[in-house]
Amino acid sequence: MYVAVKGGEKAIDNAHALLAEDRRGDESVPELSLEQISGQLSLAVERVMTEGSVYDRELAALALKQAQGDAVEAIFLLRAYRTTLPRFGASQPVDTGSMAIRRRISAAFKDLPGGQVLGPTYDYTHRLLDFALAAEGSERPSVAENAEPVEASMPRVTDVLGHQGLIEASGDGPEVPGDLTRQPLTFPAGRDLRLQNLARADEGFVLALAYSSQRGYGNTHPFAGEIRMGEVAVELVPEELGFAIEIGEITLTECQMVNQFKGSKSVPPQFTRGYGVSFGQCERKAMAMALVDRSLRAEDLGELVSNPAQDQEFVLYHSDNVEASGFVQHLKLPHYVDFQSELEMIRRLRRENAEAAQ
Amino acid sequence: MTSTTIDTERRRHWMGVLAKSPADRLDQLWSQLDAVPAWSHLRRPEVGLVMVRGRMGGDGAAFNMGEMTVTRCSVRVDGGPVGHAWVAGRCARHAEMAALADALLQMPRWHDEVSRRVVAPLARQLADDRAQAGRKAAATRVDFFTMVRGED
Amino acid sequence: MNALVPETGLLPGFADPVAEAQKTFRAVLEAISRPGTIVTAPSLPAAPAPLNPVVAALLLALVDYETPLWLDQATHQPAVLDYVRFHCGCPLVADPAQAAFAVVAEPQSMPPLSAFHLGSDEYPDRSTTLIIQVPNLDGGDNWRLKGPGIRDQAILSAGHLPAGFKSWVRDNHALFPRGVDLLFAAPAQLAGLPRSTQLEG
Repeated sequence: MYVAVKGGEKAIDNAHALLAEDRRGDESVPELSLEQISGQLSLAVERVMTEGSVYDRELAALALKQAQGDAVEAIFLLRAYRTTLPRFGASQPVDTGSMAIRRRISAAFKDLPGGQVLGPTYDYTHRLLDFALAAEGSERPSVAENAEPVEASMPRVTDVLGHQGLIEASGDGPEVPGDLTRQPLTFPAGRDLRLQNLARADEGFVLALAYSSQRGYGNTHPFAGEIRMGEVAVELVPEELGFAIEIGEITLTECQMVNQFKGSKSVPPQFTRGYGVSFGQCERKAMAMALVDRSLRAEDLGELVSNPAQDQEFVLYHSDNVEASGFVQHLKLPHYVDFQSELEMIRRLRRENAEAAQ
Repeated sequence: MTSTTIDTERRRHWMGVLAKSPADRLDQLWSQLDAVPAWSHLRRPEVGLVMVRGRMGGDGAAFNMGEMTVTRCSVRVDGGPVGHAWVAGRCARHAEMAALADALLQMPRWHDEVSRRVVAPLARQLADDRAQAGRKAAATRVDFFTMVRGED
Repeated sequence: MNALVPETGLLPGFADPVAEAQKTFRAVLEAISRPGTIVTAPSLPAAPAPLNPVVAALLLALVDYETPLWLDQATHQPAVLDYVRFHCGCPLVADPAQAAFAVVAEPQSMPPLSAFHLGSDEYPDRSTTLIIQVPNLDGGDNWRLKGPGIRDQAILSAGHLPAGFKSWVRDNHALFPRGVDLLFAAPAQLAGLPRSTQLEG
């Protein structure tokens, strides 16, 4: 028996219209503008930029508005949009050492050049709902300014350890880094590809893996060596000019995890590194990424690979929320024929069992 | 100023300032300039992506971090030089003004005026914005003090 | 390009980049899918010497940052280099075996087809596509073509090709599914000779 399934066009059109009505909500309430989303829901926008892997605040705000605030749907929209644009080139590697610092902390050294700069952070809030924010028109808080700005550049904590030879070098890789948006992933994957994968990976997935590595499913003893957030200039060498020019500034959060390493036959005891970075201020993501980066280096460092966070294939193949959401959600597509055959098989097996029992 | 004195360092500076400044600020200064010479597009404003690269550990080998939107544009002043612009974001007008400014800045007749009335105020504003953000950040710097505890 | 000298020599690309690139791409599709058919180029942009306008149109439509380009000796002129750097933004490679596209302006002194990227068994699509500039498409020997996209037989007689060219094309076809694809660019027309095409006689 074969039943052709057709139709549904009208139902789909109407469902889209209903969705649009739901998205708009009560029309007596003013509509959200992209400036409002970008300015007042900035961390949501930055998550969409990081995992959508496109730095463009306005596009990310539009994606969030269209997706009714669903981050993963918004990330999907941004990823889909990027495929319509040509690639003009690759930037010079950004220099986070010359970042215009707005936040910089270290949990490893109390006194470090430049000091501990808290910046805008939730760290010391009491996590009590602030009902003053529920009343619109609340006054703009006054912000303190020092007479002198922070230093124009601050040394990285890892540089300080590096000068004393107590930490491994930053990491080698190919001259031109691999790009998993252009070449399919193969294993073992180099650290360049792992970092690219983690940078666009789902925050929840990376956070849970990082947590598992801390709880014992992985051999990490991490310190937050340094977290810094601020603006870096992006430079590019246009072919027609032949020299680098600045094309803009982006906000980045960078995390350097410092991990204990007991050494091996060829390597003396020293600290090892895990590195995390995000567009905007996705600090939790950058920290989790740094932990998972270190876990994934287990094989390179001659450690036993025995936990999920150390398993390249497990981590890199399941980290992308657009892929994951697509495969989970495809189960909603009609499987009428497959299911019919399963149903027939169950009935036949039961019949055969019943006959055998007689 | 003659054409041979346009060194790369100066051109890098003005191109960076033009790219990093907000489009509306540039527009405002631009509108105060005298009538600019006739020009045409060599490349109309075109939106695309640039892959942003980072470094492992901040200073190690490069990796691809994610892309950013960029608009590029090139113009030629009639009988004069070519100006280029590569500007973050998707604003065609921003890229076009930046490209035209780049062309004019290469022309002895225009260099000083565009430099003084457009580039310098933009650079100053960028520096002021940067300094203000730095002063706000500095106010959140922790001043540790040690408490004397114990017997001795 | 030197920042010390204001740039003045660059030629413009397509006047309407999107539409003209799409029409040119459509013409390439027609030429490659019907080997030997002479296709009129839909767009003839100003071309830097020694390139003809069809070669320039093909470069503008096909070559970009992600397609390494090889240029033959005759094409290695400052005007051409500036043109492709600006309009295509492509990497230039010295080794033809690394090229996604290659431009040959002087076929008499070109390297054999086997010197270009022939693709691999896993990725035959990564081979080089050669853009060969010819004075005409009806002034050379008559080649009888057979294969996919040809009903019975097609004739191609591109002019000014080196003596050994026909045997190169045969060897190239023998590599199928690997092998290079050829586009012949006359001053206002083009024709395609993909790796799937067989030469008769």
